[in-house]
Amino acid sequence: MSSWDLWWWVILPYLALVTFVVGHVWRWRYDQFGWTSRSTQLQERRLLKWGGPLFHYGTFAAIAGHVMGILIPESFTRWLGVPEGTYRWFSSIGGTVAALAVALGVAILAFRRTAVPRVRATTSPVDWVALVLLAIVIVLGIVPTMGVNLFGAGYDYRRSVALWFRGLFAGAPDVAAISHAPLIYQVHATAAWAILAVWPFTRLVHAWSIPLWYLWRPFVLYRSRVPAHPTEPGTSGRRWRRIGARY
Amino acid sequence: MRVMAQVAMVMNLDKCIGCHTCSVTCKQTWTNRPGSEYVWFNNVETKPGTGYPRRYEDQEKWKGGWTLNRRGGLTLKAGGRVRKLLGLFYNPDLPSLDDFYEPWTYDYQSLTTAPLSDSFPSARPKSQLTGRDMRPVHGPNWDDDLAGAAEYAIADPNLEGLSEQVRMEFEHAFMFYLPRICEHCLNPSCVASCPSGAMYKREEDGIVLVDQDRCRGWRFCVSGCPYKKVYFNHRTGKAEKCTFCYPRIEAGQPTICSETCVGRLRHLGVMLYDADAVLGAASAKDEKDLYEAQLSVFLDPEDPGVRAAAERDGIAHDWIEAARRSPVYALIKKHRVALPLHPEYRTMPMVWYVPPLSPVTDAVHATGYHDDDPDRVFAAIDALRVPMEYLANLFTAGDTAVVEGVLRKLTAMRAHMRALQLGDPPDRALLGQVGASAEDIEDLYRLLAIAKYDDRYVVPRVHAEGSGALMAQHCSLDYPGGVADLAAHDEDQRVAAPPPPPGPAPSGGGSRFRDSDGRVRFNLLGWNGSGPVPGLFDDGSGR
Repeated sequence: MSSWDLWWWVILPYLALVTFVVGHVWRWRYDQFGWTSRSTQLQERRLLKWGGPLFHYGTFAAIAGHVMGILIPESFTRWLGVPEGTYRWFSSIGGTVAALAVALGVAILAFRRTAVPRVRATTSPVDWVALVLLAIVIVLGIVPTMGVNLFGAGYDYRRSVALWFRGLFAGAPDVAAISHAPLIYQVHATAAWAILAVWPFTRLVHAWSIPLWYLWRPFVLYRSRVPAHPTEPGTSGRRWRRIGARY
Repeated sequence: MRVMAQVAMVMNLDKCIGCHTCSVTCKQTWTNRPGSEYVWFNNVETKPGTGYPRRYEDQEKWKGGWTLNRRGGLTLKAGGRVRKLLGLFYNPDLPSLDDFYEPWTYDYQSLTTAPLSDSFPSARPKSQLTGRDMRPVHGPNWDDDLAGAAEYAIADPNLEGLSEQVRMEFEHAFMFYLPRICEHCLNPSCVASCPSGAMYKREEDGIVLVDQDRCRGWRFCVSGCPYKKVYFNHRTGKAEKCTFCYPRIEAGQPTICSETCVGRLRHLGVMLYDADAVLGAASAKDEKDLYEAQLSVFLDPEDPGVRAAAERDGIAHDWIEAARRSPVYALIKKHRVALPLHPEYRTMPMVWYVPPLSPVTDAVHATGYHDDDPDRVFAAIDALRVPMEYLANLFTAGDTAVVEGVLRKLTAMRAHMRALQLGDPPDRALLGQVGASAEDIEDLYRLLAIAKYDDRYVVPRVHAEGSGALMAQHCSLDYPGGVADLAAHDEDQRVAAPPPPPGPAPSGGGSRFRDSDGRVRFNLLGWNGSGPVPGLFDDGSGR
């Protein structure tokens, strides 16, 4: 194992994870005001109508697929009695459907964000970083799903990438497993870690605010008046600086 | 019965001259920030007109407010909770910015930097969204004073079913102004639509607010509000709405729109209502019963039983007293001349309107009005320039009988006061027809016509006796465990203050405190260096 491998497959993931966790704690505590989806439906609705749901629901499917393929060990599906071929077909077809939805959605949204002036104007530099990383991850995720596993010879990532990934959380990452994986999987994984590292500093934090509580809470909420924190001297009332804000 | 208090407003439309002072002062106070250029917490619409945003009253399109489901239960018109969450990524009922207007400014600099030329320099309009050149095609009050009536006024959703009576030719045109703010409803559909739970109704005064720290920008409040009085700040990505100027209300002052109202047409006061009865009232089967149903929710503060229940439910005594003097209660329930705006949305709005009468009198004079003849007085109401059906569509879900009753009372008030001024004997029969005594009518006159500042605004202060302790947080000259620590600004810091240390206070300027082990110590901060220092050193008892 070279030090190069150590950096890419051990240090970088852990750095990203730490940034992810600490960053979220910091953002949650200091920037509740900036914690929003920053919807741009007000500015543009025709493209969003298709792009928004396609991208988000496609992403949910893609995340579910990653959980199945990477987090759940091969031994578990074998114990369930799922034959290898069935799993392959299910994952490549399901993955392709998700990939098409995400790809189409992100294409519409990317066009919307770059070509519609009203939407473009709301985009901060850190948003661009997140968007470029997302694009890389998505493209490099779609290529192996469709090109390798659906139409190509297939590659059993559950015996390489998945072992390394799960090992990270067990404290014993299998570097050899990932370092021998095809380059496309390696770049995909690295870009994904980069996204996790910038995640807390972008609008992506809205993912943690999916309001499931709405399903069972009372319709009308009452709150009694509470004294607010006095403002910190010299901050004119702002305890936070909004990330990526230009003003 | 659960008594709650609500600070409510009544606007007397007879007196609105459409000067937009309320809108301008409101904007200067609340929404003169980037991202809220198009946000008008208060706006004044010319009626008939499309309103703001355009045709917001067309709930078949925008799906705001509540409706009854097949079993007669109250549900959000835009659909249930699951449907909301599934539509999180695209809200089909959200108006787009073009339904409001694209905010713009002008390139004023070019006026001073333009080179010498034979032609006048011009300041070109620039979009405040993108900074690019733009052509304003719509703006706030684009249809002010019936401008473009052939296009705008005729598109007013309230004119449905009235098209034969309403003609937009100059000789037949009518109009009046409708100032609008957030209704601070008793059954707010925006609060019910907010998936994050960031919107809430304040227990003390019923003001509906958006918690800016908890709003996640899912934008369902915007579409959920049938009055479209929740706006989306396109810079911060958070919802904002009329705050009823809560900092002013807390201080016992009227809202800024009321304070600066040139026509003095706004009344503010406390209403007591039965919170347990709201849901039942909002679920009334027939839309036309909603006005009466909402009236039944309001409690009479003169009733000793109501006052006792209010005390029991924690409403401060001065608030109950304010409710007894409330001009809003008098106009809504005692005199019944104020009406809610669009009760059919079933949100139980709390900004009510005295419908306008002024356009009548002109028409009346034209038809040879004579106030000696009571039948002639009321006959004139049927010949109003503003059709009764139009007012009914606005204020009573189409029930013209209620509007007619109000207009009759207002007409009778004028006839009675005119008689009083001229020294004629008061016409008992006329008053009897509107079911009011002479005292009632004179009280109504005092409220609507004299309308002194203290009679228009009866706003009790908020009870915040304990919050002064918060001020000590950044000047905690006092000892730990004293005032500064008492600042219970966080729930986790709500601890009782420790008892004062025993013994006489030490001289020398320092103070004493009890440390975490419970021992009394001397605080050197503030010690003048000369007096004794008791307990500076450990007395050895711990060993």
